[in-house]
Order: sequence, then structure tokens, then C-alpha cells
Amino acid sequence: MSGPAHKPARWTPAHPFEGGPETFAFTPAYRTKAEAQIAKYPPGRQAAAVKALLDLAQRQMEEETGARWLPRAAMDHVADILGLPKIRVYEVASFYTMFKTRPVGRFHLQVCTTTPCWLRGSDGVLAACRRAAGNVPDGEVSPDGMFSVEEVECLGACVNAPILWVGDDFYEDLDGEATERILEALRRGERPAPGSVRRRQASAPEGWPEVEGATLVDIAKTD
Amino acid sequence: MPKLTIDGTELEVPPGITVLQACELAGKEIPRFCYHERLSIAGNCRMCLVELEKAPKPIASCAYPVADGMVIRTDSPTVRAARRGVMEFLLINHPLDCPICDQGGECDLQDQAMAYGFDRSRYHENKRAVPDKDFGPLIKTVMTRCIHCTRCVRFLTEVAGVPELGATGRGEQMEITTYVERALTSELSGNIIDLCPVGALTSKPYAFIARPWELTKTDSIDVTDAVGSWIRIDSRGGQVLRILPRVNDEINEEWISDKARFSLDGLVRRRLDRPWLRKDGRLVPASWTEALETVAKRLRGAAPERIAALAGDQTDCETMAAAKDLFARLGSPNLDCRQDGARLDATRRDFYLFNSTIAGIERADAILLIGTNPRLEAAVLNARIRKRWLAGKVAIALIGEVHDLTYDYDHLGAGPAALRALLHGNHPFAQTFRSVERPMVVVGQGALARPDGAAVLAAAWTVARQANALRPDWHGFNVLHTAAGRVGGLDLGFLPGAGGRDLHGILDGARSGEIEVVFSLGADELDPADLGRAFLVHIGTHGGPMAARADVVLPGSAYTEKEATFVNTEGRVQTTERAVFAPGEAREDWKILRALSDALGHSLPYDTLEELRARLRREPRLSSSVGAGCTDPAGPSGDPDMMGEAPFVSPIRDYYRTDPIGRASPTMAACAALRAAPSAVAAE
Repeated sequence: MSGPAHKPARWTPAHPFEGGPETFAFTPAYRTKAEAQIAKYPPGRQAAAVKALLDLAQRQMEEETGARWLPRAAMDHVADILGLPKIRVYEVASFYTMFKTRPVGRFHLQVCTTTPCWLRGSDGVLAACRRAAGNVPDGEVSPDGMFSVEEVECLGACVNAPILWVGDDFYEDLDGEATERILEALRRGERPAPGSVRRRQASAPEGWPEVEGATLVDIAKTD
Repeated sequence: MPKLTIDGTELEVPPGITVLQACELAGKEIPRFCYHERLSIAGNCRMCLVELEKAPKPIASCAYPVADGMVIRTDSPTVRAARRGVMEFLLINHPLDCPICDQGGECDLQDQAMAYGFDRSRYHENKRAVPDKDFGPLIKTVMTRCIHCTRCVRFLTEVAGVPELGATGRGEQMEITTYVERALTSELSGNIIDLCPVGALTSKPYAFIARPWELTKTDSIDVTDAVGSWIRIDSRGGQVLRILPRVNDEINEEWISDKARFSLDGLVRRRLDRPWLRKDGRLVPASWTEALETVAKRLRGAAPERIAALAGDQTDCETMAAAKDLFARLGSPNLDCRQDGARLDATRRDFYLFNSTIAGIERADAILLIGTNPRLEAAVLNARIRKRWLAGKVAIALIGEVHDLTYDYDHLGAGPAALRALLHGNHPFAQTFRSVERPMVVVGQGALARPDGAAVLAAAWTVARQANALRPDWHGFNVLHTAAGRVGGLDLGFLPGAGGRDLHGILDGARSGEIEVVFSLGADELDPADLGRAFLVHIGTHGGPMAARADVVLPGSAYTEKEATFVNTEGRVQTTERAVFAPGEAREDWKILRALSDALGHSLPYDTLEELRARLRREPRLSSSVGAGCTDPAGPSGDPDMMGEAPFVSPIRDYYRTDPIGRASPTMAACAALRAAPSAVAAE
């Protein structure tokens, strides 16, 4: 009677990803962390922990499979824990861009291409990321499983533009070459120091203060 | 009482209402898409913008509470510009496919674009396209038309209590979806078609069938369950094309069940459209005269105590009154309208009615369900229980089968043992139940259509009496019927007369040969094998086991084809209207009996519907009031101690096919198949 639904021409987070593990359950360690999150909310408002639990699920997925994403089984598990209808969890997970509802690479490369980053050369950063990912379409995983690339909107670190966001870290003040160095290091299994690749302190003006490690208080004293 | 000024007119409004409601009280029309008075407020379509003095910008009136001294303008240049702007945004991604859209002619977006919109688009980019979704055999989706009002999401979440729809994604990528691509499992899902203000959700069986202005609209009553929902039958050229709800806050608010809405394609399939006679073991077509003569001849040869009549689930009062009068003239006391064998006690009307009334559910503060699954037996009534549950501070308990009723309840037990514990006050729920002000007992047919049904009925009454639920100001004893015709039959006394046989007596007699002739007035739920070798006269609408077994088949009319009186489970007397004519030679059922009475030489004293209605009006029970209190706590005749041990089982196993119309309906068959094996059908 009812024919097959049309398949979307282009995947968007509004659509489910077909595949992924059949089952998912928090490990005892993650379960403990989840309980701690749930305990933050007053009785009857446990559902408010949904985003925290989805993040934990995503991190457990990263530990288990190397890719930080949310299979449907994980969303269902969170729904069961919180006593929420599954669709309510799908809504949340598909709304927030930090929840990935389809597989990503070992390193999901999120390149800011909003105006300040773009003016400071995000095109070169993006090109380097795409090359590293074997030029698969954005959002898909490179054949070696290492990288996936996504253009994102402003990451709120415009003073250090352009920005590349990997895992929990920002790499700042990039250009194409610096990006390639970072990606090569990641590929080798190293963990390059996050922050400004030009060793700029926080978002202070470049090349200043001269003394590395000096604080504003120190600077005030020298004046 | 806040006082506010709307378009220069000052008026006082109840506190706590919204500006939109206040504007309506002032007689101003406020366009809207997402706002719906029976759903929560979303405030996301922005169509209801009005101007509030001293506010920096127009306000969304649906989500803005009234306050004293507000000055509202609903028709200023600002408001008109705001509406035009909102409409232009809504139309940016809305396809211009009105000519091929089933909503055309009754589309809120179309109407409001005409009334409040801008006359052209300034948008030259591509419109977005959204993949269609599979919501099952009832609801057709064209998701590109969706304007994201979320009425469907809110209805299924709040009213239907089956949260399966949601809005996934965000911004331009937002979609209304089940996400997992499966049919909706609500018995009320069809209502989202009515709620959808655009053509995104339309009726799948009705797709491309007709335009609304071609349809003849007939106000009528639904008979697929005992709720008696108000419906509108839309027909064209002698065929019923669709059925929609009508608003009645006492009964169905503005919802109807999927069975009421979609089983109509069964009205034109497997219909009995001419009389049939069994000759040499085979049914052959016959003329009315021949058929009636055959029945009359057979009846003349049978002693009165050897004939019997059984009424079915959708038999109307007119038919049962005519049959009862005919049997009285023939001298036979063997009548029964309790086709399922429910041990109902008809000595008093409140022994078999839903006395608290459906609207009264909202006033109850404890509800005890006994042997019933209201979600399947009366889907719209179940939504009312859910509404009460959502309002909070109500204890709901169930004795019977565990089922997702869309609200939380205490499961006290599966059978009479739990009821016994309540009777003796041994269960904690008994204390709760006795301490509240308006407790409500609901007994289903699953608790009554069994050998100890009379005992269960008496026990349920006693539980109500112990809880002080039987008062002049609150009648907390309720029987939930599943058959539209049952209460009418009980009201008319279509029951065994003095020395007469009831259903079981009649069936036993048929098997043993003591009953020679059985009249089935649409008693399609009987098993023909129980009728032994009795001569069966079947007045029915659809082919089926009973028609196949019958010796004479007399074609009757379905509820859309006659003006007929039905009494709902509350005791509300309502009439259907004729929307179309019965097929072929089929007649209104009471006229068949009237004609038969002539053939028998016992002419019934009414020639027109009006005269028969006059006879019905003399029935005292048909003119009693609905929702009367209880003045006499003396209970029905059963003995609570005689309850057995068997668990209660709801009589409805296949929700979509409980009557001949539903069984003939391909749409209902598709729904039933999907429910029986969701994965198998989805994989096709």
C-alpha cells in the first residue's frame, strides 16, 4: 500500500544514517558519568541531561571505535535512560551540530570559513584538509578512515583566525602549510600542541609580549 | 479581569488568556497557522502578529498573555505589512503546486495568502525540496509543502500520546519526520490531516479523488464504536468519499478515530445489493417479494417460542423497535441485542451507561479501568482520559490486559482476583479510590462478556459504591460499550421477554433444534457454526460468514445510507443522516421488517420514518437525560462472590476490523496488516 519513501538526494542531519552498531550501552565508567550529569537536575527534570548524555555517548564511541559520532543505537540508549520518547532524542541530536549522527573520521576536521577566517586564509586550510582526506566529499570519511572534513560557521576565535577544530582542540593562526604539518602529525599518531601555531599567547598581539610567559600583570609592572 | 483596547474598542477579558484569544472575543480575525486551541502554543509561524502600543515591534498574539491596559491594533499598516512579510517568507519554500494539491480549496495557506499576503514573490533562488515520508497507509505526505507549524507533532505528542513525529535537523534543513521511517501507530493519526494547515499531510485513500467544492456535506454520527462521534460525511455522485470530524466538546471534541475516518471504502465493497434465497443448498438471487414470502412462509410454520432475533453491533433503534414490535405480534419473547453475550443488567439505565459522561472524565480524580482497553475500544474517549491524566492529580488503575494506553496507570491485576482485593479493601489503591471526591469505575465488555460477567458488573458497582461514587451530583459507575447499537437495544428492551431466551439460550436452542428460525439484524460478529440447523434470516449490509450461512439474505443499509437513531455509551440519543442511497435493491432495515410484517399479516402500525420516530419518542429511556446522577445505590443483580478466576481480555483483537464495513475495507486491511507485522510490510 505505502510505497518506499523517497531517498534524500543529499544527506542532512534531518535524516537518519542507515548503519552503525546494532546495540550501544554505556560502559560502567560512562554510566557513572551519566548518572552524575542526571543528578544535576531537579526531580522530574532529568530529561534536561539529554545533551550531556549524548556527548558522553559520542565520547564513548570515540574510545571504542575511534570516531566520535552518535549511532542510532546510542540515541535510543540515551532515550531509554532518560525515559524520553526516542524521537525527542533524535530531534536534539539532529539539531545540534556538535552531535554527529553519521560516522566521521578518526579526526573530524572542522574548518571555520566565516568571514574573518576566510579573510585570513581559511581557503588554504580547507584545501589542505580536503587533500588529507583524499578529496572525498565534505562530510564523508577518507578511505583510510583517518579524516573527515566539514566547513563550519564562526567558532568564536576570530582574533586567531583561521581556525581548525579537531576533537576538543582548536588549532589557530593557520595557513595551508601549518595545517598540513598538523594533519601529518595527527596521522602519525602524535598530538600536536593546540593553540596558535605561531606560538602567540592566547589572543595577544602577535610578537608581544616579548617575554614568553609574561602576564598582563608582569607587563603592567615593567611599565 | 484585565481590560484592554482592541482596535479602539475597550473590553474586559478573562485573565490568563492570550492576546489572540482576546482579539477573537472582540470579533477580530487573526490569521494563524501554528496556533490551535486544543494544542500547546508553539508560536513559530509568526502569522498572528499584532501591534501592541509601546512595544518596539509587532507581537505574536498567540503566545502573548493579556495584561491590563494593553492597546492592541489588529489592522494597522504595521500589522498588515508584518503579515505580508511573514506570508512572503512562508511562501519562499512553499511550492506553487496548488492545482495538483489535495488541500486546494480548503487550505489555510491558500486562503490566508489571498487575504493577507503580498501579491508576488521577490525570491528568485531555488526552493528547497524535502523528501516525502512514509507515515503508513492513511497519511500521504508531500513534505516540500510543509511550513513547520508542528501541529502534527504536538497533536501526536499531546493528544494522541504516541510521540512518534518530530522536527529533526535545523534551519533550512529542518524536517517533520518519524526519523526511523515507519507508520504512525496512533488510532487517532488521521486527525493530523485535518490539523495540517497546508497540503503536506493529506489523506492517502482520498488522494486526487475530489475537490472540496464538489462534495455534498452531510452531518452525521459515527457508528464504528460506541462513542458516537460527530462526523461530516462528504459524498459525491452517490458515493461517500471521505469522513471528517465535527466539533462536539461533549463527545469527541474535534477528533475522530482512524476507523471512523477511513473504513468508508468498505461501504462500496462486498455489499449485499439484492435479496438472496437458499435453493437446493445454494444462495441464488431473488426478488424482494419472493424473499419476504419465503420468510413469511417459514415463520408461519414455526411456533412463536421456536423463533428468535439477535441484533448486531451497528443495528439502529428504528430497526430494533420494528423487530421488537413484530416479534411481540408474533408472540415470541426470544430477543437479544447483546451479540457478544455481555451479562449486562438492563433493569436500570445507569447499570449499562457511561454515567460520568465523556466530558465528565475531565472532572474525575481517580479512574479504575476494569477489563477494558479504551485505546482500542473507544480511541477518542481514551484521548479524553489522557487529557485528564495530563492535567495531573489523577490516579488511574487498570485491572485487565497490560497495554500502552498512552498514560501511566497502576496495574492492579489481570482478572477478578484484583477486583476482589479492591472490594475487600486489601489493596492500597482501594484507599486512594475511596478518599478522592470523584472516583470513576469504567467496566469494559471484556469483563462482562464472560460467564461471570454479571458478578463482575455487580462487583464493579460495589467498588463504586464503597468509594461513594454513586451520588446525585456524581455518578462514577461507567460501562464502556464497543458497539454503537448496544445501548439503543438495551434502552428499547431488545432483550428476552418473559420466559424468553437470551443469546446463549437462542444459540443452544439453535444447536439442539428447539429454535427453528433465527433473525440476524446485522449480527455479523456471530459464528454461524453456533446456529446449528436453524433457518437463518440475515438482514445485513455486507457479505460475510453470516450472509453465506443464511437461508434468506435481506440487504439492508449502512449508517451512511439511512436516517437512523443510535444511543452512544453515555446514553446520548443521536441520529445519522442519509448521505447517499443504499446500493441496488437494498432497503432501510426497518422498512424490510415493515414489509415483512405485511407479508405475515401482522402489519406494523407505522408507514413512515416519522411515525416510527413517534413510537421511539414514547420510549421513556430514549428521552432521559445524559449524565444524570445516581439516586439509588442499590446495585445490579449479580453476586460479586461468583466471580471466576479467568483474566479479563479486551474484545477487540484487531482494532481496524471490528465491523463488516471495516472488514470490507482495503484501507483497514492495510492498517491491520501493518499492525500485525510492522517489519514485514515495511520491507516490501
